[in-house]
Amino acid sequence: MSDEQKPRGLAGAAGLFNTRHQFRTRMGTVFAVLCFCATMAGIFVLGVLLVDIWRDGAHRLSLDFLRSGQSRFANRTGIKPALYGSLWVLVITAIVSFPLGVGTAIWLEEYAPMNRWKKLIQTNIANLAGVPSIVYGMLGLAIFVRAAGMGRSVLAAGFTLALLILPVIIIASQEAVRAVPNTIRLGAYALGATRWEMIRYHVLPIALPGILTGTILALSRAIGEAAPLIVVGALAFVPLPPRGPLDEFTVIPIQIFNWVSKPQREFHEIAAAGSIVLLIVLLTLNAAAIYLRNRYSKKW
Amino acid sequence: MKSGRPQLRSKDPVSGAPRERRVTEDTEAGPTPAEAAARVMPQSPAAPAAGFAPRPGPRGLGAPASGARRRKERVISAVLLAFSAVSILTTVGIVFALAREAFAFFREVSVFEFLTGTEWTPLFRPPQFGVLPLIAGSVLIAAGAAVVALPIGLAAAIYLSEYAHDRVRRIIKPILEVLAGVPTVVYGYFALTFVTPLLRSIWPEIEVFNAASAALVMGIMIIPMVSSLSEDALSAVPRALREGAYALGATRFEVAARTVVPAALSGIIASFILAISRAIGETMIVTIAAGLTPKLTLNPFESVETMTAYIASTAAGDVPHGTVEYQTIFAVALTLFAITLLMNIISNIVLAKYREVYE
Amino acid sequence: MVATSTSSIIDPPGEIELEARDLSVYYGESHALKSVSIKIPDRKVVAFIGPSGCGKSTLLRCFNRMNDLVPGARIEGEALFQGDNLYGSDVDAVEVRRRIGMVFQKPNPFPKTIYENVAFGPRINGYRGRMDDLVERSLRAAALWDEVKDRLNSSALALSGGQQQRLCIARALAVQPEVILMDEPASALDPIATQKIEDLIYELKQNYTVVIVTHNMQQAARVSDYTAFLYMGELIEYGPTQQLFTNPREERTESYITGRFG
Repeated sequence: MSDEQKPRGLAGAAGLFNTRHQFRTRMGTVFAVLCFCATMAGIFVLGVLLVDIWRDGAHRLSLDFLRSGQSRFANRTGIKPALYGSLWVLVITAIVSFPLGVGTAIWLEEYAPMNRWKKLIQTNIANLAGVPSIVYGMLGLAIFVRAAGMGRSVLAAGFTLALLILPVIIIASQEAVRAVPNTIRLGAYALGATRWEMIRYHVLPIALPGILTGTILALSRAIGEAAPLIVVGALAFVPLPPRGPLDEFTVIPIQIFNWVSKPQREFHEIAAAGSIVLLIVLLTLNAAAIYLRNRYSKKW
Repeated sequence: MKSGRPQLRSKDPVSGAPRERRVTEDTEAGPTPAEAAARVMPQSPAAPAAGFAPRPGPRGLGAPASGARRRKERVISAVLLAFSAVSILTTVGIVFALAREAFAFFREVSVFEFLTGTEWTPLFRPPQFGVLPLIAGSVLIAAGAAVVALPIGLAAAIYLSEYAHDRVRRIIKPILEVLAGVPTVVYGYFALTFVTPLLRSIWPEIEVFNAASAALVMGIMIIPMVSSLSEDALSAVPRALREGAYALGATRFEVAARTVVPAALSGIIASFILAISRAIGETMIVTIAAGLTPKLTLNPFESVETMTAYIASTAAGDVPHGTVEYQTIFAVALTLFAITLLMNIISNIVLAKYREVYE
Repeated sequence: MVATSTSSIIDPPGEIELEARDLSVYYGESHALKSVSIKIPDRKVVAFIGPSGCGKSTLLRCFNRMNDLVPGARIEGEALFQGDNLYGSDVDAVEVRRRIGMVFQKPNPFPKTIYENVAFGPRINGYRGRMDDLVERSLRAAALWDEVKDRLNSSALALSGGQQQRLCIARALAVQPEVILMDEPASALDPIATQKIEDLIYELKQNYTVVIVTHNMQQAARVSDYTAFLYMGELIEYGPTQQLFTNPREERTESYITGRFG
């Protein structure tokens, strides 16, 4: 290995190695390009989807579309009951899920001792995050619609969706609370604050932007859900927007589902128009969340 | 520390003997931090030096915090604990709700027939309750989605983690996340009205409702799951490992593919499992685009029915409580829940193994 | 900038394996290495010493083009290997790194078996001989064979710190380099493991050129034939180890080795 006479310099002996380094470097570049194309492929399809929906449905968008109720005729059908229904459901979902989610996160991060129970709850929450959304619908059907007697109402829908997005809110809030530096807690304690005073006046204000961002993102997921609400009983034909929490209702995604299930081509276009409305609502919510996060996240 | 305020005042720190409670004028209400501060520094402009004199009044720690304040702490602690219990109750609720109706169902239909039967015709006379066609439908579409999402997601993760500049990554990652944020109804619409006609123009024998369109679109939907989780796994590989491979004369791609990916493999596999589990549990895309005809087939050009599509379409049809149809929904839902739960648990186990790799 | 007299830089005799000529390195705005010229002789051990941030690791990494991996790094001047410019336009860094190997401060074995760790380099470089023999030879040359010969298929991460570092040396030897660069190879190890590494370096110099960066002056004195003292990116003094430590020519060198700073 060591005593052969070898030519000097970089052109020298490769010995028993067939390094083919130029070939390998070039193959590396080829694969890198492939990986880049794969990344772009997903984005490309997203673009195709958005363009397709716009082309199909944009011409059906109008104020009338937003103001009308349902109709058997494509020209006169509108999204108003679904829009209001979504709003009602969203408000109830937010009211139920926000305190529960944030409260659980606070308890897990600030109160719970590090023992088996805490680990159990954490694992449980992680598993709940992976349960199919339609199973939450079944839970809602059995517990809220039937057992609690809410019937097929906005209230039952709100509670069902609240449970669905609860794991998401908990996990996001936990991260936000965990990100608060420990020195803040110690400083508050050192001034004689109780645990809740420390949380309420010191930890929460700092963690709040992160919590709100996570909650808004979770709520935007809830708006787009159809499967659990089908089971809970959002109806196919609802002429009027709901007037109370115990009313029958429909939501935008289910309305889209109904329209696209009809055979007529006009209703497909209406479905596309509804999709555009839904995407705009989502875009607004997500933009608000991102704005919140960027505006209020300070570097500690 | 659950009650909040540490109990400091019961023992003399030196002798360990219990300390006598001193009687002071404020036995009832202890000072809040603000009041205590004010007492130490009274607002007295005429004598600034006196402002920092030791405060008048009895020495020692004084009375403990007021009962009201301690009670409030205990109440808050209990409320938060109750909130946390909701998550456990949710799981219990799911299992209970599904099991109750499903067990009623299994009193009528044997579990064996349910799990091994190959015909699902609950509305025929005589009805057949073999769930395999539904499971097959779910698995077929999930497999198709995996074929799309796993390679693309992993390739995207490799690109983002090993090649992309910081600025590029900060733009592309959020855009990929948008893919995950599009509501599944919209994907279903896209599958039915765009992808299916496109596929049919190439292969005219594809049915209007078919597994392939749904699988393709679902694959697109779960790409961000794979790419995001895999990228986390890849980024967690220490830099020193990459340097070691470079120093041996490896090209950039060899470092990525033969060192980093194998090191992050557990995390990548966990992401695969989670993505497939999500695909199995998805409802709207398949209900809109894949069809409602349960059959055991490997042919993606045909229409199939998944577990989720059966549940959705049957529940939407307003089935009366107590009938066998009503119970079938729960039996199928229980099966779906069991399958996805099992996959999630396996993914957690794989992930736990991954955490040991760098110890 | 106090001028360094050129008599403080003594060129070693014999064949020169590595050479830097007016080599400068910039990391973005920061000027990490300032016009360093140094000649590394064949099959000897050269030590780079100096306080933290003096540029010794930077200089080391120029010789196997590891600085290429730092975004924003810029190289001026020349680094030569057996007379060829390492930064020539048609030079592939991949080949350079096979010929000039590196061992790092903290042992970084791959999360694979011991066998696979050693075999990795030869595999990607297209080794055409018998892999089992190569693995055994490399492990013997790194003084690790006897300790691991019965568990080649167990995980490399189960080894102790010192064993892991010797595994990394074996791994570097397996691609049959001609130079071995070592960046503080024993600083993360206990004294017994350090001793083994130093003995190993003494063995290795029979067949390889070794350049070692160390912040431990006693180690440099024990192990190296030539020593270079760097300070704030410049080469201050370079010469036979004995002479540099007993009779340094530069005042800064003397201050450093007597512990007045560093």
